[in-house]
Amino acid sequence: MTDHERHLGLYRQMQLIRRFEEEAARAYAQGKIGGFLHLYIGQEAIAVGAVAALSASDYVLTTYRDHGLALARGMSPRTAMSELFGKATGCSQGLGGSMHFFDVEHNMLGGYGIVGGHLPIAAGTAFASKYRGDGRVSVVFFGEGAASIGDCHEAMALSALWKLPVIFVCENNQYAMGTPLTRTLANDDVTARAAGYGMASDRFVCENVHQVMEHFDLAIKRARELSEPTLMEIRTYRHRGHSMSDPGKYRTAEEVEEHKRRDPLVVSRTALEKAGLGDKLTELDASVETEVQDAIKFADDSPEPGPELLAATTYKGAFAR
Amino acid sequence: MSGPTKSVRFREAIRMGMVEEMERDDRVYIVGEEVGHYQGAYKVTEGMLEKFGPKRVIDAPITESGFTGISIGAAMVGLRPIVEYMTWNFSAVAFDQILNNAAKMRQMSGGQLHVPIVFRAPNASAKQVGSQHSHAMEHFYAHVPGLKVVAPATCADAKGLMKTAIRDDDPVLYMESETLYNLKGDVPEDPEFTVPFGKASVARQGGDVTIVSWSRMVHVSLQAAEELAKEGLDVEVIDLRSLRPLDEEALVANVSKTHRAVVAYEGWPYGGVGAEVVDRIQRLAFDELDAPIERVTTLDYPMPYNAKLEQHVIPSAERVIEAVKRVAYRSA
Ligand SMILES: Cc1ncc(C[n+]2csc(CCOP(=O)(O)OP(=O)(O)O)c2C)c(N)n1
Repeated sequence: MTDHERHLGLYRQMQLIRRFEEEAARAYAQGKIGGFLHLYIGQEAIAVGAVAALSASDYVLTTYRDHGLALARGMSPRTAMSELFGKATGCSQGLGGSMHFFDVEHNMLGGYGIVGGHLPIAAGTAFASKYRGDGRVSVVFFGEGAASIGDCHEAMALSALWKLPVIFVCENNQYAMGTPLTRTLANDDVTARAAGYGMASDRFVCENVHQVMEHFDLAIKRARELSEPTLMEIRTYRHRGHSMSDPGKYRTAEEVEEHKRRDPLVVSRTALEKAGLGDKLTELDASVETEVQDAIKFADDSPEPGPELLAATTYKGAFAR
Repeated sequence: MSGPTKSVRFREAIRMGMVEEMERDDRVYIVGEEVGHYQGAYKVTEGMLEKFGPKRVIDAPITESGFTGISIGAAMVGLRPIVEYMTWNFSAVAFDQILNNAAKMRQMSGGQLHVPIVFRAPNASAKQVGSQHSHAMEHFYAHVPGLKVVAPATCADAKGLMKTAIRDDDPVLYMESETLYNLKGDVPEDPEFTVPFGKASVARQGGDVTIVSWSRMVHVSLQAAEELAKEGLDVEVIDLRSLRPLDEEALVANVSKTHRAVVAYEGWPYGGVGAEVVDRIQRLAFDELDAPIERVTTLDYPMPYNAKLEQHVIPSAERVIEAVKRVAYRSA
């Protein structure tokens, strides 16, 4: 594969996530999706770059902002959209919803709704990998808002102590709901604490998808070859509100526009155009469009899960009353 | 209710209770995620930062265990904190602080210390927020001696119980419902209006069957009662308001009148406050009962996301109606 071909592939994934979520937002407004819907728009390069650097057998886990990672990992847009629509054809059979995307086939081990609660889980999957010697790496994504919660500390302390092959990725999008970074962390360098745990660290501003891949390459090597954890902090930005109910009044339009100008998806697009691949891009965009529209139609047409699923997904075998 | 009243929404009634008590007592402060600058995740604390300033309306990072523990410590030495969780679900990560510090402090210290603190948040189901965000947490907490648990269903009770909670010298867990925040109702403006703990109220009078309920399910029970009235069943609806302490006298008195009871609430059927209510009635009013008591609960599953399945799992007016008919021996 040439570099251009690889780049086109990464671009397509980012564009797919972007368009998938824009359409999800529209479906939400139409009442087809309920509950919470947290969009990843603006941050796509991180999931796509990380996944490109990982092997298919590696484990990934994230927060409720999980559509991007799931799609990057290979979940089909049909399956993903169906889950948002609460349909039986969704990845969690319509029982999980937006916040709880799980795709074991692609080693996407979940989207979690309790801030910080999934960090120990990822340390646990890494523990199992080390125990079995299976060479897998676990990667867990969380926001800077999660950096203060107890589980975050305990997961990192134990991972460093037990030398677990895990990468803690703080996607610092500078807002935890409506709280800006300045009111979340006294020291806004999340990686500063890595030294306290005796863990390697890496910190950068997300500019483009290639850079993300390169940074992950190093951390993955450290995990896979040395069985050592890394704490990574990636500065990024979410273009939309925290969830659909958040109008995002706590930041200025200028600030949002400024970040949109540096959107890694646009950076990729511009670079590919400059390389004379404009026609190819038009073709890819069209195929993404078809895929997303197909996903919506599929989700619309899919059946809803029935009550018989409930007992079967609560206990294995006889129901423990 | 006597004296002038004001028509407000449920969220404002809670806020009125907090604001009045903060004006009255400068030891009272509120801490939680997004309570200040963002004006509250559900706008319950709207305007409070502007009114009281950042010393008394404190935005905390996502550190439930941390700010719960800090507030318990502050309460032990004389402050009277209000701790807001974004929802009760997230109190689970602070459970140890509530269970092992707030609830035990008075006994552990041989009565030297106590923890005057209010924990508050929306509780139980919202709308399609999935299994991790739909817990009815009162059942976990009402189990614990040392804690008090209240759950208002009306605007007046929201204000009155909040004021009583803040004035109480023990930890009080105050359960709201996202689905009630827009409910409108009259609340007394009298700053000395409070609602005592351990006193149920009668939400609807009736002679045939008693429905015992609290919080959002009071409204569902009232709806069920209206339907049942059309079929000639005259149903009394009791709003417990306070889950610990529990108003045994009201339960016994009511069941002595109707001889039949249904307990309708959110939360799983295994154990919990509803089972406690049933135990008290059967123990204290056994001879008064003409039928086994039934419970209408959330079905025994984690909450599914799918809208129809969610409605299937949450207790509905239809299920309350069926249960009332069964205890009245009116089932088909
Ligand atoms: C323990 C816990 N407390 C509170 C919440 C409510 N909540 C959901 S997301 C969020 C903000 C998280 O911000 P951050 O970690 O920076 O991630 P981002 O949403 O920016 O990706 C909060 C407070 C929660 N889900 N879990």
